[in-house]
Amino acid sequence: MTNVTTPVSDDELEDVESFTARARAWVLANLPEAVDNAQARADHEDHVKQAAKARRVQRLIFDGGFAGLLYPKEYGGQGLTRAHQSAWRELTSDRDIGCLSHFKVTHGIMGPTLLDFATEEQKKSHIPAMLRGDELWVQFLSEPSAGSDLSSLLTRAQREGDVFVVNGSKIWSTFAHISDYAMVLVRTNLDVPKHSGLSMLFLPIRSEGVTLRTIQLSTGSAEFCEEFFDDVMVPVSDMLGQENDGWSVVMRLFFHERNMVSGNSLNDQVASGVGESAVSTEEELVTLARSVGKDKDSHVRQLIGEALVLDRLTHPTIRRVNALMKAGTLPPPGASITQLMRTLSKYRFKEIALEVGGAHVVLGGPDDEIGGHGHRWLVARVGTIAGGSSEMQRNAISERVLGMPRDPSPDTQLPFREVLAKRRR
Amino acid sequence: MNVDLTEEQTLLQSTSRQFLDESLSLDALRHRTPNDIALVKDFWTHAAGLGWTSMFIPDDFSETLTSEPVLDLVIIAEEAGRALESGALLECNVVAYALMAGGSDATKADLLPGLADGSITASWAFAEGVDGWSGSDTTAQATADGDEYVLNGVKTTVVAATSADYFLVTVREDGELAQFVVPRDAVGVTITRLDALDLSRDFADVAFRDVRVPASSRVGTKGESADDAVERQWVLAITLQCAQMAGMLERVFNWTLEYAQDRYAFGRPIASYQALKHRFADHKVWIEAALGLSTGLTESFASGDPDVAELACVAKAHVGDKSVEIISDCAQMFGGIAMTWEHDLHLYLRRATVDRVLYGSPTQLRERLCVLVGL
Repeated sequence: MTNVTTPVSDDELEDVESFTARARAWVLANLPEAVDNAQARADHEDHVKQAAKARRVQRLIFDGGFAGLLYPKEYGGQGLTRAHQSAWRELTSDRDIGCLSHFKVTHGIMGPTLLDFATEEQKKSHIPAMLRGDELWVQFLSEPSAGSDLSSLLTRAQREGDVFVVNGSKIWSTFAHISDYAMVLVRTNLDVPKHSGLSMLFLPIRSEGVTLRTIQLSTGSAEFCEEFFDDVMVPVSDMLGQENDGWSVVMRLFFHERNMVSGNSLNDQVASGVGESAVSTEEELVTLARSVGKDKDSHVRQLIGEALVLDRLTHPTIRRVNALMKAGTLPPPGASITQLMRTLSKYRFKEIALEVGGAHVVLGGPDDEIGGHGHRWLVARVGTIAGGSSEMQRNAISERVLGMPRDPSPDTQLPFREVLAKRRR
Repeated sequence: MNVDLTEEQTLLQSTSRQFLDESLSLDALRHRTPNDIALVKDFWTHAAGLGWTSMFIPDDFSETLTSEPVLDLVIIAEEAGRALESGALLECNVVAYALMAGGSDATKADLLPGLADGSITASWAFAEGVDGWSGSDTTAQATADGDEYVLNGVKTTVVAATSADYFLVTVREDGELAQFVVPRDAVGVTITRLDALDLSRDFADVAFRDVRVPASSRVGTKGESADDAVERQWVLAITLQCAQMAGMLERVFNWTLEYAQDRYAFGRPIASYQALKHRFADHKVWIEAALGLSTGLTESFASGDPDVAELACVAKAHVGDKSVEIISDCAQMFGGIAMTWEHDLHLYLRRATVDRVLYGSPTQLRERLCVLVGL
């Protein structure tokens, strides 16, 4: 399995200098400069509008011949290298393309997983459509009763000839309501241990029998969705990888997810978190301290100093951990080190904002410059729960990086049917 | 320290580690008596023989100073930290760096060969008062008197002062920063040993009372260039200190992890309890950050990055707080045994607690960071 494509032969590969010149001319002619941050944030909140814009911009880039820089040419990509991608990221860093974060999962996780497991026909049907901006993909993994312990999921897919009949429900899928396709991890065999009876299917989100609801978070924002499946028919030809080998597919999917988070994916834009402000935390906290007149307060300055330290240590740490993983000194779960560092730091920034702002941040509206901090604080925990909770990252670091003994799992060897029976007792 | 070491750097790392293993025993630190500088002197001559003090000293003193040797020097510093080195690796190199940058020909000829071969040791007399680790805290005076200068003032927390042959003294001359080299046996120099928490190094206050030195002992010129020189020396000190502390932290962490794997309670290794596993995981995150910052700072210093002071504040604020916090939590995980005199953990905790404030405390550096970003 490869996740970075290499061109067919060196003599066909455009050198980075000529690519950069060509790309610069195109970018300046076609992609407007980014608007100011306050406007960008307000726009960001309107996901439907943003996703529609993302599709238009992605189509423009595709038509310009710059979509999927690292994807193979036969699937609509450009077959170029990381160096070309870096040049592109640099050229587009000041352009108004923040909306493309809606494609980061599609291009950074879903597309690469298709490249790894899809049949030729499946790749031809979907990868060019992803790169053209026609298909947004999401992952349907977590369930109401299976989050961290994903392999204990309950959604059933009963095979009947050439179709699977899917029943069950999924939750915490990000932006499913404005997406087109989903990869769905389902249980296809109850009589084997929990990891061995899963399969990965994909389906159009608006299939018959799928009921989708957006979940309103405590702040009122709605990025996450839940889905219910009632006798949804999925052709066997829409399975990824082998039947009952879905765990291998999802492990690879997580590998691509970690790569995307650390900026090493087939996604051509620098991945910022969806819904994250374009303004750096440091600037926000400095502005906040001034707005509430506490910029000379020594306690406040200590807190801002702490935020500066957490902000500035990010890149040196990511650089070190990535280098250690590349050298094989750290195993791949080492990515949990940087993930935990970032999620803990971001949580701390929001705590600090609360402390710096005092009463001002809790007595303002969500769109106020100051009050917004209070409202973002309410959902600060999303970062330490979503995408692998901090506890799961700590398990991964202690067990799979430091080699500490695994916690006992009484259910891993039992047929899943027995696991369920024990639960009911 | 960098992840990708060259072949020469790997060799430097292994020879340094071997030398430290063979020549330093933590037990000797425990039984060291006050003013026992023989241990330091003997160790130091051998260390200098390995090139530890000559990194910034070229064969021809008229060559221009370069900062690149710091890339190799931090490899030694990290090993020295792991072994609780009892010499003055950091201080001798800072003084060598300062002399190469601004020393007179006479001073260079007098001091640099001795610093390089270990027959001379030196330390930087910088801080004043309580925690005065910034050029702006300097009040000691140098006054011109004919062909000589007269120095007055008290420098605090001078590392390895009881064994240092020379001091690089940061003073004010006509209100501006300036630096001079002063031999320890100059008339008017009084060294008062401090009873420090750290057993691996010695610390003293050094008083200068009407100490007369020739004009040739001036290092660099006064004013703005002295401000820059002092800042550069400080960043070098922080760079070496962070490498030492990160090395020390990693060693204590690995040692505690081994202990947790071997120690059984209620029928299983204590390393199997999630309450401990999660703490080890958190510590691992911040230790990798410490090592990453150490590398980033070293590279910034070597390349002459104009923002290096900001990164120095970040690195020391992080490493300073985390080293004490983590080593202290390691003591908690070791349990009662770590509270005993015979256990080595307190030797690390003692050193980390002193290093935390030496050259600037995390609290001071967070404040300085705010100033640097314009707050």
